[in-house]
Amino acid sequence: MRRATLILVPYLWLLALFLVPFVIVLKISLSDTALAIPPYTPTLDFGAGWQGIRDFFSQLDLENFWFLSTDDLYWKAYLSSVKIAAIATFLTLLAGYPIAYGMANAPDHWRPTLMLLVILPFWTSFLIRVYSWMGILSGEGYLNQFLMWTGLISQPLTILNTPIAVYIGIVYTYLPFMILPIYAALERMDASLLEAAEDLGCSRFKAFWLITIPLSRNGIIAGCFLVFIPTIGEFVIPSLLGGSRTLMIGKVLWEEFFNNRDWPVASAVAVILLLILIVPIILFQRNEQKQREAEG
Amino acid sequence: MTQTVFEPWNDPNEKPLIQFRGVTKRFGDFTAIDNQTFDIFEREFFALLGPSGCGKTTMMRMLAGFETPTEGTILLAGQDIAPIPPNKRAVNMMFQSYALFPHLSVWDNIAFGLKRDGMARDAIGDRVAEMLKLTRLEKFARRKPHQISGGQRQRVALARSLAKAPKLLLLDEPLGALDAKLRQDTQFELMDIQEKTGTTFVIVTHDQEEAMTVASRVAVMDHGQIIQADTPARIYETPNSVYVADFIGDVTIIEGTATRDGAGYRIDFAEGQPALYAETDIALTDGQRAYLAIRPEKVSITAEKPEDKRNALRGKILDIAYLGNLSTYHVELPKGQIVRAQTANTRRLSRRSFTWEDEVWLSWTDTAAVLLER
Repeated sequence: MRRATLILVPYLWLLALFLVPFVIVLKISLSDTALAIPPYTPTLDFGAGWQGIRDFFSQLDLENFWFLSTDDLYWKAYLSSVKIAAIATFLTLLAGYPIAYGMANAPDHWRPTLMLLVILPFWTSFLIRVYSWMGILSGEGYLNQFLMWTGLISQPLTILNTPIAVYIGIVYTYLPFMILPIYAALERMDASLLEAAEDLGCSRFKAFWLITIPLSRNGIIAGCFLVFIPTIGEFVIPSLLGGSRTLMIGKVLWEEFFNNRDWPVASAVAVILLLILIVPIILFQRNEQKQREAEG
Repeated sequence: MTQTVFEPWNDPNEKPLIQFRGVTKRFGDFTAIDNQTFDIFEREFFALLGPSGCGKTTMMRMLAGFETPTEGTILLAGQDIAPIPPNKRAVNMMFQSYALFPHLSVWDNIAFGLKRDGMARDAIGDRVAEMLKLTRLEKFARRKPHQISGGQRQRVALARSLAKAPKLLLLDEPLGALDAKLRQDTQFELMDIQEKTGTTFVIVTHDQEEAMTVASRVAVMDHGQIIQADTPARIYETPNSVYVADFIGDVTIIEGTATRDGAGYRIDFAEGQPALYAETDIALTDGQRAYLAIRPEKVSITAEKPEDKRNALRGKILDIAYLGNLSTYHVELPKGQIVRAQTANTRRLSRRSFTWEDEVWLSWTDTAAVLLER
């Protein structure tokens, strides 16, 4: 009985904060757009009794999903989002792994400080940090000023409003999510494993490749998912740093909602996005579970 | 039929496998190893024994190549090993934590070193099978380290370090993580494997019983120095110092002044107490401070004063430790010193001869005690 109560709490939590909003979004995605408040029809009218509910359901259809599949803008945006997220995740891994490795091998008394430095940016608003990147990357920004001052370039580089700026923004923003799980995996590693590998004939590099990398695998996978999943739906970074040419589904979603005020289509976009994300989320869960089993 | 005794350290023609020549190791201001010179011979089972922090692990890590001597040289088969990195040395190590690779199966763990040598696939398979057989792990080849017991893990670590057929195998507290019963069985298994493979073993341990059981020679260490290196029997029966006598086994130390008397010395240790006598080879000046080390099992305990022994002391039983096979009596002399005497309980349910507060006589022969200068 007590166990049932314990399990009930997180289930109720999920029900209230995930399932109910999802059903609402799903319902809107099956509706039609309308010039009204709220801007879609039909709305559920309990006052009309059974007849009202039956009418309501009879008006729902898959028209918006059909529309998404006919306009190739959406498919391009989905694909482009997956591509940008994948590349950005890989870049974040390249930047994050050496940092996590350095932290795990730093002297004990240094580690809390380094950890603090990694999570320190979270104490400032995300939006302000992205805006400050605009200041750094723009034509007259600090980066161009610095490079021209050193004489490396004579003309300012165009970085802002290109995909490069989006990658910089994503890597910068999501770096802690990559570092922390990898650091956790590396920190747990027994240092004598590397000595054992060396003792058995490995060079330092070979020992890193054969022992350190496989043993931090779960951390790498967890970090990649933690970056990849939110990056696909990312909207602030591409709209502020990416300019009009960067196509990401998060941005399309925003425009459908707030510029076109087409809630049903926007909801359909969100539902599809969620379906796309379910695959990596399930894989992520499985990785976590396997890790727990291996440790148990 | 004469049996050849394995004592290469007594044969001047024998060439040692490992030679420490004036080796010193410092970590900053701390001297971990202090100017040590000694030899280890081929096929030896050499134990480095000492309390934690005595330098025994540093000694081993220098042999493995994880530390380099600050001064002096270490020769392996006549060759200076200082410039050879650990991955190029014909030396393998079994780690205290076993350091098994958790993501690899037992089979792959054992094959790890062989693969690094670029050995042919078939040859690796044969060698791993041989190692699995030697350590009786055939059934567990496909398991991961976390799926087997502690004793099995210990054997995997041993098999892995032996697979490359090293000239020298280093064992860092190899049985430390096992429970007492399993440890005993494993000690004999280790000796058996050492004999079968003919590999030279150097074992680091803080457990004197373990060192005595497995080793051909034991080096007792303290503060970065080897105090005495000899066979277990000689370490036990003829320790060269109070430190060694006290570290190995149970002992009573009686401090007194020595006076030459026949083939040994008379020791006066307390006013009003009869002098003790011990035969010895060491030379002392009359009136010098000396220590008499006497093992409890060499002390007889009787109700009447024995007439045939020169060393006889009267005292009162303070405590009795019953160990099943043995009983140890703690006997207090009139001046407060405590002497331990041990008797074997050879008969079951026999009536105990002595009990607490009994007045008894302790006695031992002229050769039973060891006279020590320091």
